[in-house]
This record gives sequence, structure tokens and C-alpha cells, in this order.
Amino acid sequence: MTSAMNTPHITVTNLTMAYGDFLIQRDLNFTIDHGDIFIIMGGSGCGKSTLLRHLIGLQRPAQGDVFYDQQDFWHASDEERVRIIRRIGVLYQSGALFSSLTLAENIALPLGEFTHMNGREIGDIVSYKLALVGLAGFEDYYPSEISGGMQKRAGLARAMALDPEILFFDEPSAGLDPVSARLLDDLIVSLRDTLGTTIVVVTHELASIFAIGTNSVFLDPDTKTMLATGSPKKLLAESSDAKIIQFLTRGESNANKSA
Amino acid sequence: MSVAETVSGQVSFIPVDGSTVAMQLTGSWSNEASIKPVEQVLEDLSAFKNLKLVLLRAQDLAGWDSRLPAYLLKIFNYCQTQHIEVDMSGLPEGAQALLKLARAVPERAGARRTAQQKSTLAEIGKAVLNGLKDAKGLLAFIGETLLAFIALIQAKARFRTIDIFLCIQDAGPAALPIVTLISLLVGLILAFVGAVQLAMFGAQIYIADLVGLGTVREMGALMTAVIMSGRTGAAYAAQLGTMNVNSEIDALKTMGISPMQFLVLPRMLALILMMPLLCLYADLMGMLGGAMVTVSAFDVSLIQYYNETQKAVDLTDFGIGLFKSLVFAALIATAGCMRGMQCGRSASAVGDAATAAVVNSIVYIVVADSVITLICDRLGI
Repeated sequence: MTSAMNTPHITVTNLTMAYGDFLIQRDLNFTIDHGDIFIIMGGSGCGKSTLLRHLIGLQRPAQGDVFYDQQDFWHASDEERVRIIRRIGVLYQSGALFSSLTLAENIALPLGEFTHMNGREIGDIVSYKLALVGLAGFEDYYPSEISGGMQKRAGLARAMALDPEILFFDEPSAGLDPVSARLLDDLIVSLRDTLGTTIVVVTHELASIFAIGTNSVFLDPDTKTMLATGSPKKLLAESSDAKIIQFLTRGESNANKSA
Repeated sequence: MSVAETVSGQVSFIPVDGSTVAMQLTGSWSNEASIKPVEQVLEDLSAFKNLKLVLLRAQDLAGWDSRLPAYLLKIFNYCQTQHIEVDMSGLPEGAQALLKLARAVPERAGARRTAQQKSTLAEIGKAVLNGLKDAKGLLAFIGETLLAFIALIQAKARFRTIDIFLCIQDAGPAALPIVTLISLLVGLILAFVGAVQLAMFGAQIYIADLVGLGTVREMGALMTAVIMSGRTGAAYAAQLGTMNVNSEIDALKTMGISPMQFLVLPRMLALILMMPLLCLYADLMGMLGGAMVTVSAFDVSLIQYYNETQKAVDLTDFGIGLFKSLVFAALIATAGCMRGMQCGRSASAVGDAATAAVVNSIVYIVVADSVITLICDRLGI
């Protein structure tokens, strides 16, 4: 809200990701600005989710750095890193709700740990966040009692609990019907517009990519590095890379060319 | 059409010219049909010299399903390696389309796994490396646990107080029935084993000494530990493992909450608090079991048994038993929580974690028990 748009929020420099000897991606360089809806895209198995894990502190880079604003994330002390992490929210692919807690308890958990609100105030915030994702009245349900799509939305409510500066989404529309996926896209855009939240989305849903993306990075599994960064629409219009064009047109441009 | 009436799939070769052969497929190529193994057909095919083209013909099939394309795919692959052309225009259209689809994406080079024959030396090396990795994991886990306990002492640990009570309920009162049963029976067995020998000398009264000391110093703590490792240690591993599979532990981390404090600490505390109490209860039950046998079968009165037990067992013996149970509790909780936290991300990994937790804790328990008993013997207590 207060931070100026178009200034770097997350900067990734020379990032190399690997599991032991197995290289996933190397030499990644890109910047996510304040207020961006940043798409991490690429074919299956190219390391999109792994990149996300590096950005949110679950996996240490083999090489290179991640900066939040100007702060070096991976070379910060543990306490510093936890402080940065508290400014972000993550929606996991499966929702990752705590199965032993009700939806209300799930959302109340970060509020109870990191704020000084009393039980009643926390309860109000919980109801508000659930209403925001269309789950008003489901406070006392356990995650196993609701559908996958609802779990995902409840996961989003939990990710938003502390009004994070940056929200990460891992495959938000996977497993959702088209209408729900569209509603989620709308919610993402309005979060950015109203709260100024920076959004990072891992996805390969073309409809979402073009509907909401303002910036992106394209990862290639064959060359194991990024091929481009920039607005998806601009990439489609201007890129000369066959792989990017093929991806962004569902491979239909090839058919057009040969026809 | 019933199966009996249909003619099963037949393959015949009709040479067309020197480098061309037609492969005639007739009969039924569906599920129930008995068809000549494809290996034999490939052998027949390799008998033709200078083969350049195979014409597939199957105009009057009595019916086909996936067996036909699967069969032909093998022939295609063989022909490809032998540089023989295959003409499939004589096949049913559906089969042509399916075969085209199956061959659209060529097999990725290096994707197929081949069974590797490893030498014994390589297996030993791998086992040693795995052992080292395990040891490193254990040390790291102990270190993290200590840090969590330090945070607890500094009152900085983040966990829900209610979780501790839930864990205590689970690791304490809920285990009473099984502990009662097992301890009572073990006391009974101890009494019988001792009685047979002691009765020969008319020294039945010393059954009380045997059962009392055996239970209080050894069996009470040991049996409780074995029960709890199967009951609670495995449950810890499975709970934490499932949370790992479901990204719940990742979610905690990205919330800025340490899973060691939030998940491991309450479980460890609960078990460490409850085990000595369970052990004390098991001691009592064991002596009761011994008394039941001795009083009912060996002509010793309950008062005599009580007095003899009181003479034989002193507070030091209880202390040793309780100390053991404390150590066992820490070991069980460590093995269970560690296996759960290190669990892989699949359903079978959760099962493996639970198994490893029980196996590890029983090994740890027995080793620790031997060491403690040895030390006590040396110290003369």
C-alpha cells in the first residue's frame, strides 16, 4: 500500500538450483516489482515449484542470491529470515491446511502467534477472511470435511491472515473448475489492486497467465535455464523464441505456420 | 458371438517378392483369444533375408482390442531396429490411428530404467554411506531438539499449550489398559518361571524377591517402553510423516513457526512426562501379577508376600527403573519424531517412517538398557 509501485520487491541473481548433483535450473536473473502479478511458467518438470521453494525459504540455493527489497535472504541470520518470511503468505498446491485443526483454528494460528489480538478480535478476522474467499460459515469444519477447491480457498484465507506484502501461489487453479479458477484469478487481481500485495504465481494455465500476469519468467527444462522474463502478453507479441511462442499458444502456432 | 465360436488370432506370412513380405492377421484379436507369442513371430520374421518392407494386412478380423496395437507395436519396434519399412494401410483405420499415436512421441533416450547389477562391494559402500547419512540426520535432529528445548526454557518456544495436553492424554491415560494387561501378564510369567525352580528348595517365598526386583529394576520400564514405541512412537512418525506429505510442515515453516517447537516439542514433553508414571504403574501391576500366582498356587499368604517384597525392593531400585523409563521415553520420542520429520513425500514413505521408528526405538531401548544395567552393576547399585 505504502511502497511505491515499480520498485524491485524480490530480486533473483545468478540463482542455480540443484538437488545434490542433479541440476534443476541455472543462472536465473529476474526482478519482481512491488505490485506485480508475477508468473513463473514453463513446461512440466522444469522446476517451477522448486523455484518457488527457493523464494519462500524452503530450499537453499546451490548458488546465487535472493533479495527481498535490498535484503539478502539466504545470507541473513535465522532470525532475520524468519522476520522476512512473516511478511509473505503461501498458498500450497493442496492447501496444506493442518488436518487436526478446524478452518477457524487454521487461520487463527498465525494470528495467535504473531499478533497481540484477543480471542474475540481474532475470531472476527477469521470470519472476515473466510468470507473473503467465499467460505463464510465454515469456521468449525475440518479440512477433510470440505472439497478440494474449498480447501484451497481456505488455504488462501490462511495465507492472507496476516495481510502479507507478498503472496505466493503454487498452481492455484490446479484441480479447480473453470468458474472457480476464474473467481480465484479475480480475487488475486483485487488483492493486488486493493492492498497493493505483490503476487507470485506458479502456473501453466494459459488463460490465467494472460488474464492476470503483468510480469513473468519462462523456465525451460531442456536448456535448464530461463529463456525470457517480462509481461506474458509482450512475450507472445515480441518473442522470437520458438519454445516460448509454442508454450503461449498451446503449440498451435506451429500448425498455423505449416498450414 | 461366444468365445468358443471365434477363431483365435492367426498370423501368417505370404512372401510377395524378394524383399517384401505380407503379414496376414485373421481371427479374433481380443482379450480372450489365444495368440501366438509375438517373440515367435519376430523369429519367423527374422528368417526372411534381405527384408525391406512388411505389409500388414488385416481386412477380415473378427474383432480386436488393445492386444492388436500392443502386438503390432512390438513388430514396429523390431522393424525399426532392423531398418525394415512397415506398411500399415491394410489395418483397420482405428488401429492405424492408435499405432500412429503410440509412435508419435519417440522413446526418450535414457528414460528407460535398466536393472543394474551391483557388485557386493558397491552394495556395502552404499550401506555405509546410508548409515553415515542416517547418523548425520540423527545428530542434526538431536541438535535441533536441544535448540527447541532451550527456546522452551527461555519461554520463547511457539506451540499451542492445548497440544501438550492432547499429547499427554494420548501418551498417558489412553495407554493404561494395554500397560495393565501386559505388565500383569509379565509379572505372572516371572512368578511362574521363578516358582518352578524355587519350589524345588521349598523357597517359594523368594518369588516375591524375584518378581519385585525383576519388575521394578527391569521389566516394568522395558515393557512400558516396548508398548509405547509401538503405540506412540509409530503414531508420532506417521502423524508427522503425513503432515510432511501434505506440505503442512512446509506451511508451518513459511508461517515463521518452527516445526521443531510446534510439533516435536509437545510430543517429546508429553512422552517424557508420562513414561515414568506409566512405568510406576506397570511396576505395581507386575508385582500384583506375581502375587496372584504366588498366593493362589504356592501356599504363601498375601501378607507374607507383601512383607517379602518390601524387604527386597528399596527406593534405589525404583529410582533405577524410573531413570531407565525417562531415558527410554527420550529415545522413543526422538526416533518417532525424527523418522516423521525426515519422511519422504509418498504414502509408502509414511509406512516406512513408522516401521523405522519402531525398529529404531526398540534397538535404542535395548542398547540403552544394557548400558545402564552394566553401569549399575559396576557402581554396585
